[in-house]
Amino acid sequence: MIRVATRAFCVLMLVASGFGPARAAQAPLVADLSEHLVAITTGFAGADVLLFGATDAEGDVVVVVRGPSRPVTLHRKGRVLGIWANTASKYFSRAPSFYAVAASRPLEDLVGQPELDRHEIGLEHLKLEMPLAKASENVAMRWREALISAHEEAKLYQDVVGRVAFLGNRLFRAEFHLPANVPTGRYQVQVFLIRDQRVQSAQTTPLIVSKIGVQAEVFDFAHQRSALYGIIAIAVALFAGWLGNAVFRKA
Amino acid sequence: MQIYLPIAEMSVDVFLLLALGGGVGFLSGLFGVGGGFLMTPLLIFIGIPPAVAVATEANQIVASSVSGVLAHWRRGNVDFKMGLILTIGGFIGSSLGVLLFSFLRDIGQIDLVIRLSYVFFLGIIGALMLVESVRAMRRRIAPASAGRQKLHKHTWVHGLPMKIRFHRSKLYISALLPLSIGFLVGVLAAIMGVGGGFIMVPAMIYLLGMPTVIVVGTSLFQIIFVTANVTFLQAYANQTVDVVLALLLLTGAVIGAQLGAKAGAKLHGEQLRGLLAIMVLGVCGKMLYDLLATPSAIYSLGIGH
Repeated sequence: MIRVATRAFCVLMLVASGFGPARAAQAPLVADLSEHLVAITTGFAGADVLLFGATDAEGDVVVVVRGPSRPVTLHRKGRVLGIWANTASKYFSRAPSFYAVAASRPLEDLVGQPELDRHEIGLEHLKLEMPLAKASENVAMRWREALISAHEEAKLYQDVVGRVAFLGNRLFRAEFHLPANVPTGRYQVQVFLIRDQRVQSAQTTPLIVSKIGVQAEVFDFAHQRSALYGIIAIAVALFAGWLGNAVFRKA
Repeated sequence: MQIYLPIAEMSVDVFLLLALGGGVGFLSGLFGVGGGFLMTPLLIFIGIPPAVAVATEANQIVASSVSGVLAHWRRGNVDFKMGLILTIGGFIGSSLGVLLFSFLRDIGQIDLVIRLSYVFFLGIIGALMLVESVRAMRRRIAPASAGRQKLHKHTWVHGLPMKIRFHRSKLYISALLPLSIGFLVGVLAAIMGVGGGFIMVPAMIYLLGMPTVIVVGTSLFQIIFVTANVTFLQAYANQTVDVVLALLLLTGAVIGAQLGAKAGAKLHGEQLRGLLAIMVLGVCGKMLYDLLATPSAIYSLGIGH
């Protein structure tokens, strides 16, 4: 982590001295990530990703990290004969698999509701597609909130808005934590420059979260050649069982 | 030290898994049971998705059954003919079980069915074992007058068609009986992530009337094939077998089982059975509590449909 931070700081200094202003003169906003690939390896227990950048003049910055969208079924438990069982469920055709926001000031001070809705900034402004509810809007609202809090419970949606820290007037940085259960795929890191209550400029940077090495090979093998994987799993177990018996007999 | 499990898609402490394998292995060596009925709930308790826990445990049981059956085979305590017929029933049952498992998972009811199955079967088996071992302990204190016992009782079961002679078990019974026992245990093996020895063994003794000495070996023999079938089908249809997890559990289990077997030699049979009964009832109680207690979250996520 220290290594990454140091490297990022060097880049920041670089942006600050010379190279930065020249670019910033054309683009009101430049930003980049400390790394574009989060590798899930054998020892993976979560990762921190650092975003840094510069603006061409004073302004506020909001950063949104979104995981790839996926369909989700939400189950609700109810009591049946004294036993807790899933009694209702709702299908959402797409919901981001990960979501986090950071801002340099509280969101409500920065920009109006319509802008937040348009750019899907903040959990309450997320577009979550669900089948038209036959029930009232109230019920649909409750399912929506439940979907968000279930993701929060799993640490996949961050319930608090993180901090975008400014160094001086124009350099900023923000840090995100990806938990160990983070879904794989192509993430989008959106950076918004906000002035006078509106989004003035935006930039999107991709972030890839991917299994690497043995982990990836085992996973791909299990999914692409399932039958062979099953046979190998059995063969390994047969051998291990025989080995255990043989070793024990000698001892 | 954390390790990322590629199929379960989560990171778990290596030493926790080794300790789990070792602990359950020790108990299974001590009591002479497979240990699936302990391991699968424990895996679920530490947060492994139930679908992965059940499928991976089947894979691990293949190994522990092979290890166990070799010892029984050398002593000639396996009835292969009976084992084969049980296996045929088990193959059909476990294949159906995997299908049922996928279906229940899709409609979001698999957790409930797993827990209910555990409560139901462990409750019955645990209670029966407890009563049996208490009785046996009493009998040891005050031996009853030994009356003459018949070798077999003759019931309606012996009127069923398709009779086959099992030389090793000294039985002449209908093949339908072991077929249906194998079938039922196969379904349970697929859904509960167990070998099913805890049901198979009493069924062989009390329903089939097999001699006790060959029961365990024959049960282990058929469990190898049934759990191998479950492993294959789960890997093929659901991609839920985590070999990394299975290997870690296995390593602990192999060592634990040896230590357990040594410790078991120092205890009386009925004491062992009494202890096992209490443990079975303990797991049953925990599962029941989870069903009855107000859950921490009313809503839960299921990925996909």
